[in-house]
This record gives sequence, structure tokens and C-alpha cells, in this order.
Amino acid sequence: MSAPRPLRVGRHALLVEVEDTAAAQALHAELLCRREAGTLPPMTEIVPAARTVLLDGLADPPALAAEIPRWTVPPLPPSEGEPVVIRVRYDGADLPEVAALWGVPEAEVARVHSALDFRVAFCGFAPGFGYLTGLPPELHVPRRATPRTAVPAGSVGLAGPYTGVYPRSSPGGWLLVGRTDAVMWDPAREPAALLAPGTRVRFEACG
Amino acid sequence: MSALTVIRAGALTTVQDLGRPGHAHLGVPRSGALDGPAHRLANRLVGNPVTRATLETTLNGCAVRVDTPVTVAVTGAPCAVRADGRPVAWGAPVRVPAGAVLDVGPAVAGLRGYIAFAGGVDVPPVLGSRSRDLLSGLGPEPLSDGAILPLGPPCGPPASVDTAPCPAPPADALVLPLLPGPRADWFTPKALTVLARGDFRVSSASNRIGLRTEGPTLERSVPGELPSEGMVSGAVQVPPDGRPVVFLADHPTTGGYPVVGVVPEPALAAAAQAVPGTRVRFTWCVQLSPSGV
Repeated sequence: MSAPRPLRVGRHALLVEVEDTAAAQALHAELLCRREAGTLPPMTEIVPAARTVLLDGLADPPALAAEIPRWTVPPLPPSEGEPVVIRVRYDGADLPEVAALWGVPEAEVARVHSALDFRVAFCGFAPGFGYLTGLPPELHVPRRATPRTAVPAGSVGLAGPYTGVYPRSSPGGWLLVGRTDAVMWDPAREPAALLAPGTRVRFEACG
Repeated sequence: MSALTVIRAGALTTVQDLGRPGHAHLGVPRSGALDGPAHRLANRLVGNPVTRATLETTLNGCAVRVDTPVTVAVTGAPCAVRADGRPVAWGAPVRVPAGAVLDVGPAVAGLRGYIAFAGGVDVPPVLGSRSRDLLSGLGPEPLSDGAILPLGPPCGPPASVDTAPCPAPPADALVLPLLPGPRADWFTPKALTVLARGDFRVSSASNRIGLRTEGPTLERSVPGELPSEGMVSGAVQVPPDGRPVVFLADHPTTGGYPVVGVVPEPALAAAAQAVPGTRVRFTWCVQLSPSGV
């Protein structure tokens, strides 16, 4: 694994770039470990994304930037602990298209998707929207050419290497395979987000 | 408990405090008062800690009736302030009697006003903040006519000043210092020069999410898509139309367009006060080398 590359972002942030999403997940896990161990300088935000982790609210970014490339970041450990289980009715509007792209009968999409192990790589787009990795490359699908103006809350969609669940009704271009009643985001709940970066997820076919 | 009743909500009036930092990894913007110094000053004038919630008005102010005597202060964009029709001071603590209507008039310069009430606007916090986040819809709804907002108990004596120094909103031009962004190398050297020399204006499509610009477009040297990455306040993101957008408090936590530069946080208060049409001058804080930043 090549060394993480810190880029300066203004006066108080670093964007640490790595080679791929798996490396970003590993770096994020390492940062949380170091924060837990008290060996990380104080910061306001640790924001993982597709190939980067943003560290915002640092007092002295150059000092940390000098240190990070020397870190040995272990690969992401195999999933441990109980996953969050999301029950899904696999009856999404784009199920036929996904089945065609995967080369399987429609009824198989639920079986294939619910047999996979997912992990939240990062969140974004809306509070509580997680980008879940775990689809093998042959199951990656494109976005819709024209996004829908309204995707209902609880819709389970696929785009590129990711699976995601819409926490609320919003526009969206992901291919919809099903729907869940799980509440992905509730600011009155602790924690508000059902899924946070690093959370393991499994989908379970129901109804 | 004391409360205020909204008589005239204005174009866009929201409850704001210092925002909800620490949740960006869940996709939650920081939000908070766009003109932080004006929000803090208004709170200090009425004897509040700076963490109390104020009202942030946009362009044409707002009017509220208070049901108990309360000390208020209006800062940010200069404007006429009246209590039951009588002119009172702007930028200073003012005692408003019970039942009086506080009318904060249209901005005579700048864009956003801040109204602090002794005790603060005491709506229930969401994730530790009372700020309305217009991107993700967290926090209390923007004010509407007839709405009733609770006020907290006063926390301390008001400041003993007649008038407080307030920075003037940008009149001729909004000058935004710029540090190189993490993706400055995705742009041509010419684009980096255009950014510093171009005739940009504040677009009327600007909002709490970002200050959008009209003017020259910036040309990229690296084509293609950027995988989504974390965004900071002040990031100058360049979407496919080439027109720079300066990210403000309600900006998305991640974005997929390259960031050419970053405006340091202290300069963003002025950006919050720049009315559409204002000239924008970006100035690099570092020397541009022949190959770029």
C-alpha cells in the first residue's frame, strides 16, 4: 500500500489522499484508533470519502502533514461484530434493469444482494446517507441517465460500486432495487444515523 | 416563558447559532450564522454567551412582537430599527417593552442582519444546535408570519456601550483572499491567473450554501470526474460550468468537483454580506509560479 498523501486545504485542514476506497476505509479506521488512543491532535471533523479522508479544524496542519506519510496503516481488518441488518422488499422500479445488467433472473437480485457483506465507506449527499461498499466489480451498475426528481425515503439503490438507502425523499439517480421501513436518520434518536462510516451492514429480503 | 410572535417574517429569516460541528462524517453540514462576528457581537451586546441563537435576516429584515420586556440588539447589515414605530439604535443594546413590535428594516448596505434577544431564541436544539440548515433541512423552519418562538431566561447584564464597532459590508468590491486548494493542479495556469484577475460578480443564485459567481469561467487541465471528497467552509469549488462557488455554512460535507482554492474562514463574514451584483476580487495569498500555484 502506498503512503497516504496529505494535501493542504486552507489554514486548518488536510485532505489525506490514498489509492482507493479500501485504503480510505483503512486510513479512517486507523485515524479513529489513534484518536481513541489519544495520539491524534485535536480536530473538529474526520470525514472519509471515496479516496480521501478530510481532517478539519486542526491547529497545526503542517505538523500532522509531516507525520502522516510515515504512518504504517494496516489493511482494514476483516469485519467483526454484529452487522446492522436492514430488511428490504426487493420490488424496486429498476429491478428489471439491474437483473439484466447482472445477467440474472429478477428474482435472483434479492438473493445475490442479500448474501453480500457491506460496510459503510463514507456518508454524504444527505444526513444519514451512507455509501456502502461490498458489491464485487461484476455487479457494479451505472447511474440512471436522467435522475428521478423524487425518490421515496427508504429506497435501496445501487450506483457504481455502491449501495445506499435514501434517508428521506430526495432527487436521485441510483438504480432502485427495493425499499425498507428502517429509519435511516432521526435527529431525535441517539445515534441519529443508523449507519456511520465503518458500520457493517447486511440486507435481508422480506415480504 | 417569554416568547416572540412573528409579525413580518421577511424574505428569509432563520434561527442561527454557531452551528453543529463534528457531524460532517454523517453528511451533516456545520451550518450556523453566516456572518459569525455579527452574530457574536449581537449576543454580547445583550449579555448572552455567543452560543445563544439569534435571528439571521436576509435583505429586508423582519418584525416580531415580544410578550415581555426584553433587551435586543441588531447587528450585521446596517438598517433602520424601530420599537413600536419609534426609531431606536442599531448596533447597541435596546430595551423593548412588553407587547411592542420590534421592526428591523431593509438593509441599507450588506445583506444579512442579526437580532439577538437577551436569553436567546430557545427553540429545541437538533444535534446540539438551533441553527436552520437549509441544505439538509435540520433545525427550526425559517420564520413564517404568525409563528411563535420561545425566548430563554436572560443570562447577564447587557453590554454598557452606546454603539459597538461593526465592520462595514463590502461596498465597492468583496475581496476574498485565497490559499491554493487541494485540486489547484486540476486547473490550467491561465485559469489560476484568471481567478486572480477576472471580473467576477456575486450571482443572485447565491445562498447560505454557497456564494456563486458570474464572470469568467475557469479551464481545467485535468478532465474527468473527481471521486467525492470532504469539503471545508471557504472551499472554492468549480462545477462543470467553470464558474467558481465559495462554500458557506450550509455547504455539502462532500463534493465531487475540484476545489481550486480556499478562502480563510475570517474572510467569509464579508462574503455573507455581499449583495448580488457586488464585484468579487480573489487574491492569492501566495506567489503564483509560472506553472501555477
